[in-house]
Parts: sequence; structure tokens; C-alpha cells
Amino acid sequence: MENAKKTPLYEEHINLKGKVVDFHGWALPIEYEGILQEHQAVREKAGLFDVSHMGEIRIKGKEAEAFVQYLMTNDIKTLDNGQILYTFMCYPDGGVVDDLLVYKFDREHYYLVVNASNIEKDFQWMKDQQKDFQVEIQNESDEVAEVALQGPKAEGILQKLTDTPLKEITFFTFKDNVTIKGKDCLVSRTGYTGEDGFEVYMKPEDAREIWTEILRAGEEEGIKPTGLGSRDTLRFEAGLPLYGNELSKDITPLEAGFGFFVKFTEDDFIGKAPLQKQKEEGLKRKIVGFELMKKGIPREGYEVYKDGEKIGYVTTGYLSPTLGKSIGLALVDIDHSKMGGTIQIKVRKREIDGTIISKRFLK
Amino acid sequence: MSELFFTKKHEWVKVDGEHATIGISDYAQEQLGDIVFIELPDVDEDFEQGDDFGVVESVKAASDLYMPISGKVVEINEELEDAPELVNEDAMANWMLKVEVTNKAELEDLLTEDQYKDFIEEE
Repeated sequence: MENAKKTPLYEEHINLKGKVVDFHGWALPIEYEGILQEHQAVREKAGLFDVSHMGEIRIKGKEAEAFVQYLMTNDIKTLDNGQILYTFMCYPDGGVVDDLLVYKFDREHYYLVVNASNIEKDFQWMKDQQKDFQVEIQNESDEVAEVALQGPKAEGILQKLTDTPLKEITFFTFKDNVTIKGKDCLVSRTGYTGEDGFEVYMKPEDAREIWTEILRAGEEEGIKPTGLGSRDTLRFEAGLPLYGNELSKDITPLEAGFGFFVKFTEDDFIGKAPLQKQKEEGLKRKIVGFELMKKGIPREGYEVYKDGEKIGYVTTGYLSPTLGKSIGLALVDIDHSKMGGTIQIKVRKREIDGTIISKRFLK
Repeated sequence: MSELFFTKKHEWVKVDGEHATIGISDYAQEQLGDIVFIELPDVDEDFEQGDDFGVVESVKAASDLYMPISGKVVEINEELEDAPELVNEDAMANWMLKVEVTNKAELEDLLTEDQYKDFIEEE
């Protein structure tokens, strides 16, 4: 743990008695008060996450739009200035390099927000794909801090700290140069929890003050600092994928169930042909949601069977804090992926029956 | 007069004549975080010292439970089935199993409360 990098908010986590762990080389808290309490706070009130470990890569230049379009599966050209889209960046075979958000400033200026675990890989990948594109690619990850304020009370809390009418920052849009308690920030209405909320990007030296101010402003609403543990249980319940679990170089966006973010337009993008082929021929396996029919907790990596035959494995599973039942996501053979079907999940020494259900767990 | 012992795997055992009560320590519940599920064995099952007899699951991980001493299960705490969080609330009061002790000499392998306190300070 001594070698783990500290975000600008490290001392705050210590002061708040966070249980700090090494997360992909970063010293971050899994929880403060407890994962269940923090999870519930986000669903019912508000939670504040330190997400400064995320990566930020800026792409500027005459051919920025064409370059970003080439890298991404989603249709970048549909973006308005100030708008954001969720997309995958794929390998030539259709496997995933990363899932990320693309913030469009204008056709010659994009800001990409990528997973902390993939920053170096993504940056190198983009540079390797640049070829003759007239663009500048800058890795700004170390120059920016970020917090995520998530929950039904998020807007009310953040509004206390800024004159910018937050109502104007609609879902999947952003505003740059928003002043929060005198500090210059970029604010987007985005998040990884399934709740309303904002992601706030700032200079590292402003992070501690903004963090403290948000917690103070949200005290009467019941805000809690929230850690990596609840970040995972929240995104899982909301059906959002985690790179490394539901997405990887071996799992395509189509297999993961996110074909909506793969747009086959006339433009080429890396991985287009194999993904198109996979779509036309039909998937051989896919990620399904399931619910356990007996007590037990289905965890990542547990094997899935159908009548004695191994058909896949659990990609993420929990005893859902909000729903109070054991649910999971599993990558299984297409023949056994129908809604309502019964599968067996090997939970430690037992095989427990599960039913395939919709991945929209919270609906 | 009951005697309280601990193991390096953070179980406690309270011995009363031929019977013993087993649970996990406060340190263990603190380390685990929110406990969401506990799997216990059936009554009449026999175990040797060191056998894994069950699982305590927190939100993020499953941890095996190990028998501090050999014995036959005579009672399990059924309250923990629907309310595993009781162990977070009070790990010493919310026991998991009661067993019939088969070999008292095994207690010599265990830690006293003071020895356990020293042990966890070094962890």
C-alpha cells in the first residue's frame, strides 16, 4: 500500500476514517461508515465519491471529430457542443479497450473520461491509432481532480455552492467554467449510480475545499461520503458494466448487451467489421441478469451450469442492498440465455438454482 | 466458570464444562464490514479443530469460518439467518454455534484474551 498513489483528497479520507485500500495502484476508501449505509444514502439522499483517479484525455485539432469517430463505436457526429456520450473504444477484433465518456466542446475539441485502471493503456492506444490524423492527444489525468455527487438531493446541495443554474445542465451535458465556492470547475450531469447527480472536475489544489464544502452544504440533507464498495454495488444494481467484469478485450459490447452504443453508420471505426458480423450472425454468448432462488451470494467468477454442463460464469453478483435479494450478471452460452430460464450457479460448495431475469434490476 | 479463548483466525470460544460456544471476534466483524449472510452447519455435524464449518459473507467477500476446537454441533444461532448484521452489532454476544467438546487439551493451542489482544495489535 505504501506505493499506492494518493489523490488530493487522501487526507480527507483518513480524517473521515475511511478504510483505505490499494485500488489499481490508488489509495482509496472502500467505505467509511459502511457499504450498506453509503449505498442507501445515495439511493435516498446523496453521496460524495472521490473519483480523482479517473483518467482525462483531451483531443484537439482540425481532425478531432474524425479521429474520435474512428476510435469509438458510438456516433460522435450526433453530439452537440456541450453534450456527452457513452461509448466503447474497441480493438480491431471487436473486443473492448475501454468504456468511456466523450465530452464535446466543439468539433475540434473533445475531452475523454476513461477508467482509472486503463489510463496508460487508453492513452497509448490512442497515440498508436493517431497515424495521419491532425490532432493533439494530451493525458491530463494528473492535472485534474474529480468528485461525484450522486443521489436525489444532489442538485439541491450543489446549487447552494454555485450561481450557475444547475437545471440548465441537463442529463449528459456539461458546462465548463462553473464557479463552485469561488473555484473554477467543469460540471456534468453524469454518474455511475443510476441516480441523478453531477461529476465535478477541478484543479487538484481546489479539491479538498470543494469536497469539504459539499459535505457541509449537504449535511442537512443527510449527505454521506461514499467509497468504492458502494460505488460498485450501486452501478451493479443500475445495470451498468464494469470494465474487467462485463467488458474486456474478450467480451464485445454486443455480448455485454450494449449494442445501443454501437452505431453502424457510413463512418468506419476500429472493430466495426467484426461487430457488424457478430450482429448479423447472432451472438454465441451474452450477459444475462439472474436471481438466486435460495439463500447464498453469487460472486464474480462463480461458475454457471445448466443440468451439469458448464455454460458460463458470474461477472458481478451481490446481495442487492436496495432489493434485498441475491442477484447477478453472468456471461452464458446463448442457448441458455432466455428470460425466465433456470440455471445453476456454483456458490462455493453448493449449486443453487437461479432464474434469468431482466438486467434492469431496479425497475 | 467459563473460559474464553481466541484463535489467530479471529474466532472466539467460551468453554463451559463439556460445552463450548463459538463466534467471531469484534476485530473480525470490524474488518469484514457489513455482514450480509452467514452459513452455518447443521446440528449433529462433527468437526475437527481447524475444519472450516461455515462462511461469513460481507458485501464484498466470503470468509471461511474455522473450528477453534473439535466438537459435535448441538445448537446453531437461528437468529443469524435473517439478521446476520447482529454479529456486527455485538460479535461477542451473538454466538454462532454451540458444540459438545471432544478434546479439552486442544484449548492449549488457543490464545487467551490478552494474547489475542497482542496478536491483533501486531496485525
